[in-house]
This record gives sequence, structure tokens and C-alpha cells, in this order.
Amino acid sequence: MTDLLLDMKNIKIEGWSDRQWKPIIKGVDLQLKRGEILGLIGESGAGKSTLGLAAMGYTKGGCRIREGNIKFDGIELAGASSKALRQLRGKRIAYVAQSAAAAFNPAFKLINQYCEAPVQHGVMSKEQAEKDAKELYRKIRLPDPDMIGFRYPHQVSGGQLQRAMTAMAMACRPDLIIFDEPTTALDVTTQIEVLGAIRDIVREFNTAAIYITHDLAVVAQMADQIKVLLRGDEVEQAPAREMLANPKEDYTKSLWAVRDFRRAPPVPREGGETTLLEINTIHAAYGTVKVLDNISLNIRRGSTVAVVGESGSGKSTLARVIMGLLPQLEGVITYDGESLHKLGAKRPRGLQRHLQMIHQMADTALNPKQKIKDVIGRPLSFFLGLKGAAKEARIRELLTLIELDPDEFMDRFPSELSGGQKQRVCIARALAAEPDFIICDEVTSALDQLVAEGILRLLDRLQRELDLTYLFITHDIATVRSIADEVVVMQNGVIVEQGSKEAIFSPPHEPYTELLLSSVPEMDPDWLTNLLKERDTQVTAG
Amino acid sequence: MNPILLIVLKRLMIGLLTLWIVTVIIFAAVELLPGDIATEKLGQAATPESLAAFREKFDLNRPMVERYLSWLGGAVTGDFGISMANQRPISELIGVRTANTFFLAGYAAALAVPIAVVSGMLAALYNRSVFDRVLSNSTLAAISFPEFFIAYILILIFSVWLGWFPSLANVDVDTGLGERLYKTFLPAMTLNLIVLAYMMRMTRAAILNLLALPYIEMAHLKGIKRWRVIAVHALPNALAPIISVIALNLAYLIVGVVLVEVVFVYPGLGQVLVDAVSNRDVTVVQAACLIFAATYILLNLLADVLSIIANPRLLHPR
Repeated sequence: MTDLLLDMKNIKIEGWSDRQWKPIIKGVDLQLKRGEILGLIGESGAGKSTLGLAAMGYTKGGCRIREGNIKFDGIELAGASSKALRQLRGKRIAYVAQSAAAAFNPAFKLINQYCEAPVQHGVMSKEQAEKDAKELYRKIRLPDPDMIGFRYPHQVSGGQLQRAMTAMAMACRPDLIIFDEPTTALDVTTQIEVLGAIRDIVREFNTAAIYITHDLAVVAQMADQIKVLLRGDEVEQAPAREMLANPKEDYTKSLWAVRDFRRAPPVPREGGETTLLEINTIHAAYGTVKVLDNISLNIRRGSTVAVVGESGSGKSTLARVIMGLLPQLEGVITYDGESLHKLGAKRPRGLQRHLQMIHQMADTALNPKQKIKDVIGRPLSFFLGLKGAAKEARIRELLTLIELDPDEFMDRFPSELSGGQKQRVCIARALAAEPDFIICDEVTSALDQLVAEGILRLLDRLQRELDLTYLFITHDIATVRSIADEVVVMQNGVIVEQGSKEAIFSPPHEPYTELLLSSVPEMDPDWLTNLLKERDTQVTAG
Repeated sequence: MNPILLIVLKRLMIGLLTLWIVTVIIFAAVELLPGDIATEKLGQAATPESLAAFREKFDLNRPMVERYLSWLGGAVTGDFGISMANQRPISELIGVRTANTFFLAGYAAALAVPIAVVSGMLAALYNRSVFDRVLSNSTLAAISFPEFFIAYILILIFSVWLGWFPSLANVDVDTGLGERLYKTFLPAMTLNLIVLAYMMRMTRAAILNLLALPYIEMAHLKGIKRWRVIAVHALPNALAPIISVIALNLAYLIVGVVLVEVVFVYPGLGQVLVDAVSNRDVTVVQAACLIFAATYILLNLLADVLSIIANPRLLHPR
């Protein structure tokens, strides 16, 4: 008996777009032994999910496997009948999706969704499956394992859902599980628990896994082998520790180096430091739910203040209050000595112009029916009254400033741009108003690391050239390390700690800051093991 | 308090308010018609005495608001006043006929709703297949014809050529249920064909809309049979739009039967309404309008409430 579980040879997958078949995977081999975990990494569009799904003989709508063999435990999956595939899926090969909140059916209780595969595949009776579910919920460290299954997906938190989904994938004790970015949508502190739980359960049942992620530090904790993909081709594959210590290909090295960007230390300003924006004891709420509690903050002209916190900490709400999109209940915001009206629309236009915002999702922040020149031209005519040739000249200037060729991009629609280019256009739109102060709300979160680094470098350069002040909202500690002068840590609508970057990042920390900082995955493959061990001893000791 | 109960109560209040506004409009519309009802009814030859008697009989001398209130009070208890054409109590005139209309609508709905939902699911399952196209196009063809045309075609085929069903749906109070179902089969089929297409297409579209969602993909990747994915995973989440289209069509079944009833000589409300309009029998028109309006509002209210209940987020709050 061979211990080779999955043997994919020369896989070529195509997708139908613009009325022709375009290659997505261009001839990749993939081997997996029983009980082994293979990390698949690459940027978006590298084809990692497509390859992962192909291991189940599945392609997304509009895609097809053109060539190649997929042998799972001696069974050929390429070209197998849908009945044969159905009998394997869920039973011998299972799938864990990126967003558990979207991948659980909202209409059914968790435990019923757990039981479906074992009952439908005839592995267990409903009663056995329910008993088994509670057992696995306990193993995967869900709170209240006997009862949590009887909740609906929306009644459970994101991290718990992701664990429930891993338990569900385990229901038939499959030989192979495909994990498709299972922790990407989670906060760092939640991610740790989920990673730990996934790793333990996969080891306990000796399940082989393909772990798809774009986060190197995560894959370092999980995988025995790492395979790097770039635009549908394999770059290299090596055992995890070897790859981390000594990447061979240039592309892999560039991925490794991405987190090293640090902005130059700011030069002391002539004429001393002045406060640009002063936020004074702000309270805000959505309906009866309080989201900001007594927030006070001073932002110096020309500085970058990073607001960090997990989802629900109120950091985006703070941005909405500053912009006048959500009127505060109490407190005052003064801009350059002038108090700002609670409602953005009631502020004088000259003042509106000085405060601009760049959003997380460039995709949805751009009107798909407007050409780039109209997107950027609108604030030019609205705030500055520019028309005709003067307006066009300024649009060209702005596009050059954000490193896009005006001749090439002016007449394009947003759909013809890549994610990074769209975010650049959003930056240009904010700059068009000639602001002093820009709020960047998770502007790099939706981007690949290399592209995100490019955006950060651009923002840094613009700050120096145009004397901009940034409020940088992010959940990513690496981004904070790259660009911040000052850091504000938020939790549950309260500022936990604030100070200069150096002060925040060097001990002693507030307990929450400590938790946040220690939860950021590191490239050391033993990091997760050590951290969880350390936290366990702390819990036992405390 | 359970939020769903609160929402349902709120909807109920809005429904009642709408119904009340409708009663005001119906009553006022008739009042605002040009001319005097008594002179209109009795014609040029009317003597002042007969006019006065008419006004007395139909209670036209009191102020409008007072008359509205007593009309509303009566309507609530099922007393719609008396017919202007033959002086008989309206509730007696339309009572049995209203029941007949509701019976026919219910019969048609009992056929149409299951057929529409199941065929909509099948069309989604075999999306873009020959079956899907034939189903889509044939139901589209059915709604493209006027209902009387469909009625005559059905009569031609099933009554004249095949002789399976009667062409006249002449039922009365003593007709048994079996015979009633048999006699009204053709009108029910006609209505069925008219409303089927909308409901079927909405079911198909609502399900197809969901098929690209991650939880449907997840169900496929769990190795669940395709039919089960549609019926168990997609349908419950597609219910809200399907319910509202069904409710709209059921309301149409009751309000829109006039022509079909005339073709099959079925003693329903439609025939009464046609007679009342041509006789200028204002009080009967008011009563029929009120019944139709109430049906519309109640069915839509029911659809709203069912859609809310079909949403697990509202039914099972955090």
C-alpha cells in the first residue's frame, strides 16, 4: 500500500471570460501523502483556490479542467461521473470555506448542517451524528459544546463558526480536507484560537490537508510542505522549514521581504508642532448600542496616527464621526482651531474639502459607470470649480502623482483596473480636493501584500511631498509598524492605550495591547506552538 | 418582547390603517360623483315626492360623515345596506356569490401553487435545459393570451372535442363538493394557467439567484444530491420573494375572475359586479370594492408576515 493519497499531474484549468477560454492553472503537479499538510500560497489570482477545489474534482461555475489527472487514493477524479464525485465529496474529501458566515446555510441550525453529510452518505444515523457532533465541538474547543449546535449561524461569532465548519468537515472522518483561507476573515486574536484548533484536530485524526492562504506566517504554523503559486504556475515547493529558512526563487524572496517596509523617521517641523485635529470626549452610538465611549485624541499636523483594534472596536465609527457621517452624542471635534459641525453636510464647503477619506473596498467606493477622469474630475469641479482644460490638466497631474499613466487610464472604467490601481484612483480622488487631512480606512486590507506595500509607499511619499496628515485605521499590526508615528489601540469603543509607536511597541504593554501584539503570526514555524503553550501556563498559573 | 411579534403587530396595524383609508376612498368616490344619486337613479320623470322618498329610503339626507360612520359600522358586521336596483339587502345578494368566488380562487390556488413551486424548482435544477426552456416558454405563452381566450380554448378541447368536463359551471348551494370540483374544473384550470407563469418564474429566478452563493457551493462540496440542494438548501432561503408573488397572484385570482366567471356562467361575485356597474347600483359596487380591497390587503399582509417568519435572523434573534 502506497502512502500517496492525492496525485495531481499536469493540471490545466481554464475559465470562460471575454468569450474565450483563458488558462487559470497552467500545468501544475501536486502530491500529498496521508496525514500530510500542504500549504498553498500565492497572491489573489494565483489560482490557489482553483487548484484546491480541483483536488475534489470540482471547478467553480464558468471553469473547466482541460487536462491532467487527479488520482485520489487510486480513483481518477478528472472526468469522473458526478455521482462518483458526489460519493467522495463530504465523505472522503471535505472542504472548509473562507467565510464560514457565508458558507453555512442561514436557514438551519449548525448541528443539522453537521449531520447532513454523514446521514446523506449513510455513514451514521441522525442520532449518532448528533452525538458525534457534540464530541467534535468539544474537541475543537467550542464553548458549550452540547448546546451550541442548536443555534443558527447568525447566533454564533465568526471564530466559533469557522471552528464549527472545521468540525463539520470532519464529520465523516475524511482522508483529505481542503482549507480555503479559513482564518483570513478573522481578527488576529480569534485567528490564533482557530489555527490552534484546526491543527490539533487534523493531527488527531491524521487527516491530510491542503491549506490555502496568502499569509506566509500562517502557513508557516500549519504546513509540512509549502508550494508557492504565481499566476497559475508553480514557483517552487519545499518542506516548510526549509522554504522559510531559505527560499530559492526571487518571487518567493520578494514575498518574504514584503513586511520589511519602514517609512523614514519624520523630520522635526520648522516652527514647532501644531495640532491639526483635536477630538475631545466623543461619545457615539448606533441607536441604543454605544460604540464610542469618551474618545479623546490629538493629531499633529504632518503626522500619521494609526488606530488599531479588532472588528467591533469602534475604529471605523470614529472615522464616520470625524467625517460627519454619524453625528456624535457628546463631544467636540476641532479642526485647525475651528469647531466642526456634527453633520458633514452642514460644514462649509471649504472645510469639507480639507477632510477626505479613502475606503477599504475600492471596488465599491468607485462608481462602476464613471470613467476614471470623471471620478477624479468631480471633486475638482465641486470643491475647486475647475473646468475644461484646467480640469483635464489637473486630472493628468493627479494620475501622474499616483503613478498611473494619464493617457492610458483617463478613459477607463473602474472594472478595467486591478485592485491596487483602483485603490490608487481612490487616493487620487481624495487628493483632488487638496486636503490636509486624510482618513485611510483599512485601505490595504483587501489587497495582496506586494500591492499593499506599493500603496503604503505611495501614501508615505505623498505625505512628505504634500504635507498631509493621516488617520490610518487598520487591524494589521504590520501596517502600523510600517507607517505610524503614533498609535491608538481601541477595544470595545474605548481607547486602551495611546502614544508614540516606539512607546506602544516596546514593553511594558497594556494587557490588551500585549494580547494583540502577541497574536500577530510570526514566520517562526514554532511560534504558534510556543505561544499556545505559554498562554496555557499563564492560565494555569493565574 | 419578541421582536418578530412586534413587527407582525406593526404590519397588522398598517394593514388595518390601509383598509380604513380604502373605505374612506370608496365611500367618498361615490359621494363625489357628479350629480345627485336620486335624480340619476330615478331619471328625468321623477316627481319631487318620489325623489324625497328615495332619499329617505337610502338615508341620503343626513350629513356625509354621519352616513359614512353608519355605513362603516354596518360593513364591519357584514351588513352592506340595501341594493339600489332591487332594494334587497346586499349581504343576501352577494353572500353566496362571494363564497363561490373564494371557492373558485381557492381551487385554482390549490392547483397552481404546488405546480408552480415544484416546476420552478425543476426548472432551476435543469437550468438552461430543453425542459427549462419548454416550461418557461409555454407558461409565458399562457399568460400572453387573454383569459377569455384560454377559457374558450379549454372549453373547445375538454368540453366540445373530448367531452370530459362541462362548459358551464352552474353550481348552487346544494351542489356537493365532488360535483362542484368537477363542474368548476375548467374555470379553475383557466385561472391556474393565468397565474402559473409568474409564480413559477419567480420560484425559478429566486432559486437561481442563490445558486452561486457559498453555502450552496458548500452543500455541493458536501456531496449532497442536486435535487436536495435545491429543495432543502436553496428553497427555504428563496421563500420571501416567492411568497409575495404567490400572494399577489392569489389576490388577482379573487379580483380578476370577472371575465372567467362570465365565460363559464359561474355564479360568483364577478357577474354581480358587472350587473351592478351597468345598473349604477352604487351600494353594491361599494360592497364589492370593499371585499376586493380587503382581500388584497389581507393577502399581502399575510405574505409580509410569512416572509418575516421565513427569515431565521428575525425568528431566532441573537
